[in-house]
Amino acid sequence: MIYSLSWPALLCFLLFAGIVIWLSFYFARKTNSSSSYYAAGGKIHWGVNGIAFAGDYLSAASFLGICGMIAVSGFDGFLYAIGFLAGWIVALFLIAEPFKRLGKFTFTDALNARFNSRAITLSASVSTLIISIFYLIPQMVGAGDLVTPLLGLPHWMGVVIVGLIVILIVASAGMTSTTYVQFLKGGLLIVLSIVLTFYTLNNGLSASPDFENKQYHKFLTLEPSVENGTVKEVEGWEVLEQKEINGRTFVALEKNNVERWFESVLGNDKHLLKEALSVTHEADGQTLYNGLEKEAGEFFQVGHLEKILKDGLEVEKTGSLGPLSFIAAIQQSEIVRFNLEKFQHNGRQVSIYYQETTAGSDFLLPGLKYKIGKDANWWSKLDFISLMMALFLGTAALPHILIRYYTVKSSKDARKSTILAIAAIGAFYLLTLYMGLGAAVNGVLDVESSNMAAPLLAKAFGTFLFSLISAVAFATVLGTVAGLIVASSGAIAHDFIDVYLKKNLSDSGKVKTGKIAAFVVGAISILLGIAFKGMNVSFLVGWAFAIAASANLPAILFLLFWDKTSEKGISISIIVGIVSSLLIILTSPTMWDRYGFNASDAIHHLENPALISFPLAVLAVYVFSILFPKKKLEAVKG
Amino acid sequence: MLDNQNMEEPAWVSKKKAKIGVYLFFIYLLFYAGFVCIGVVNYELLALIVYKGVNLAIIYGVGLILFAVILGVVYNYLCNKIEKQGVLGKEALNDI
Repeated sequence: MIYSLSWPALLCFLLFAGIVIWLSFYFARKTNSSSSYYAAGGKIHWGVNGIAFAGDYLSAASFLGICGMIAVSGFDGFLYAIGFLAGWIVALFLIAEPFKRLGKFTFTDALNARFNSRAITLSASVSTLIISIFYLIPQMVGAGDLVTPLLGLPHWMGVVIVGLIVILIVASAGMTSTTYVQFLKGGLLIVLSIVLTFYTLNNGLSASPDFENKQYHKFLTLEPSVENGTVKEVEGWEVLEQKEINGRTFVALEKNNVERWFESVLGNDKHLLKEALSVTHEADGQTLYNGLEKEAGEFFQVGHLEKILKDGLEVEKTGSLGPLSFIAAIQQSEIVRFNLEKFQHNGRQVSIYYQETTAGSDFLLPGLKYKIGKDANWWSKLDFISLMMALFLGTAALPHILIRYYTVKSSKDARKSTILAIAAIGAFYLLTLYMGLGAAVNGVLDVESSNMAAPLLAKAFGTFLFSLISAVAFATVLGTVAGLIVASSGAIAHDFIDVYLKKNLSDSGKVKTGKIAAFVVGAISILLGIAFKGMNVSFLVGWAFAIAASANLPAILFLLFWDKTSEKGISISIIVGIVSSLLIILTSPTMWDRYGFNASDAIHHLENPALISFPLAVLAVYVFSILFPKKKLEAVKG
Repeated sequence: MLDNQNMEEPAWVSKKKAKIGVYLFFIYLLFYAGFVCIGVVNYELLALIVYKGVNLAIIYGVGLILFAVILGVVYNYLCNKIEKQGVLGKEALNDI
C-alpha cells in the first residue's frame, strides 16, 4: 500500500493534539489531591462519564479492528461487536452499583474493602498491571499503524508520539483530563461514524466502485493456452513461471519488464488467469509491489462486488439504499475478497493476494474466520464458545473500565453513566457493521493491513472526512492509552508502593508517585509498541479480555454476592486466573506458530483460554474460601 | 470520598436493586447463550432469511445489541422507582 503525507490530516491531528494538551494543562492546575488525580475527585457529571466510558472502551480494537475484520471476514468481525457490548450487561446489572459502594481509587481498593489483606493487594495490583499491559500493546501497535498513512511517518515514530502525548496528559492532570479527552473523542467518534455510515448507504453498491478522487483498478482476466495443466502462452505476455501452493495454481507473467502474478482457475470449462497482487522480497533486499517499487503506485486497494442483485434482478449500480436493503443486497450479491498465500523461491519471498469470490449469504454468516459450520471440528466450536465467553465476561473486569465508577458522585450516577455508555457503544457497534461492509465492497481495502478499513473508506468519500476520522482514530488510541496508564499507575503507586509496601505516602506524595509510575508505564508501553509491530491488534485484545475475565471477574462476583468469600479465596482465585489463562495462551496453536513450530502440533487447539481458565478461577475462589474461611472482624457490607 | 447518597440508602433498597440486576442479567444471558448455541448446534438456522431479505445471524446480532440498551433503560426505570420508595419510606419515618 502506498501512503504519503496528508496535510489536512496532519493539521486535524495537530489541532486535536493541541486541544488535548491544553485540556490537560488546564486541569493540571486543579489537580492537587490524590482523589482528583486517580478518580477526578468523584466530581464528573454522569453524562460526561457515560460518553467517556464509551471513549475509553471504543479502543483501536473496536474502531480499527472490528471494522477491519468485518471488511475482511464478514459476520465474524461483527461477533466481536456483539460480545464487546454484551459484556456491559455484566457491568451494569452485577457490578456497577455494588462496586461503586466498595472502593475509593482502584480495583484493588474495592476488592480489599472488607479484608485489608496484603495478599489481595499484591495479586490484584499484579493482575491490573498484566491486563493493562496486554491491552496497551495493541493500542500502541495500532498507533504506529495509523501514523504511517496519516502522516507518512514510520511505525516507531507513531508509537513514540502517542506515548509522549499520553504521558503528558496523564502525568499532568490524571483522571480529570483523561476523562475529558475520552469524552471528546467518544462523542466525535460516534458522530463521525454516523456521517460515514450515511455516506456509505447513500452511495449504495456498485460493480465498479469508482470515486471522484480514486478510480478502482480493473482487475484483468486473461485466457491462456494450456497444455496438461501448464500455462504455455498468453497473448501479449511472456510466461515466467508456474507455482502450485496448497492446491492453487499461480502463474507469473511479464510485460514491459514488469512481473505480475495471476491465479489460474477453471471457469466454464476453460482456463482463466485472474490478476492477483504480489509483494516480493528479492534476494538483494529490495521489496517490489506488483513487480515495481512502492513509489510507482501500482499496488492497488481492493474489495468489490462481482455480481449485484437487487430485489432478485442483476444490476450494475443500486443507487442509495436503506439500512436493511443495503444488507439484503449484499446478502444476494457476490463479493470478491483477497486471500493470501506465501512461498519462497530462489531466495525470494513471495506473498500473493488472490481473488476469492464469496457468496454474500456466506459473508453474512459466521464461518470465514471461526469455523462453526458443518465441517467444523469440536476444537473450533469450543474455541468459538470460549471467545464469546471471554468477550461477555471480560468487559466488566477490565481495570481501566472499573476505575471509571469512582469518577462519579454516587452509585446512582455510576448506573446512569453505564446505561448511557451501553447506548452510545451499542449505537457505534451497529455502525461498524455498515462501515465494515462498506469498506469490503467499495474498493478501499489495503490487503496488507485490515486495520485501516474505516479510515480508508472515509478517504474514498473525501479528504476532509478522512482527515477528521483519522485524527479521531488517533485520539481513540490516545484516550484508551491514557485510561490504561492511569489504571496502571494506580496499581503501582497506590496499591503496591503505598499500601503493599506500607510507605504511608502523603497526599502530594501519592500524586507524585502516580505521575512517576505513569511515566515509567508509558515508557515501557512505547518500547513494547515498537517491539510488537505487525502483531494482530484484535488478537492481543482478545487475550486481555480472557485474562481479565479469568483473573478478576470470579473474585469480584463472589465478593459481591457470596458472604463466605474469604481473602485467601480472592487472592488465590486471581493467581489461578492469571496463571491458567497465560499458560493456555502460551501453549496455543498461534503461539506454537510464533515459536517456529507447526501450529497443528500444539498440545491443545484452543486459541482463547476463557472456557477453561474462568471456571478454574471460579472453583478456586469457592474451594479456598471454604478451606480458609474469613476472619470474623470485618462488618462492612456492600 | 464518601458516597453520601448511598450512605442514606436503606439496605433493602440496595438489595432489591441487586436482585433485579441479577434477574435481568439471567434474561440477557439466556438470549446471548441462545445465539452461541444456535451457532454451535444448528448453524444452518442462522442462514434463514427472517425479515426483508436479512438473515437470522444479522437480526439476532443486532437484536442482542438493541436488547442490551432496552434492558438497561428498563433497569434504570425500576431502580429509580425503588429509590423513590426508599426516600419516601425515610421521610415517613422522619415525620413520625
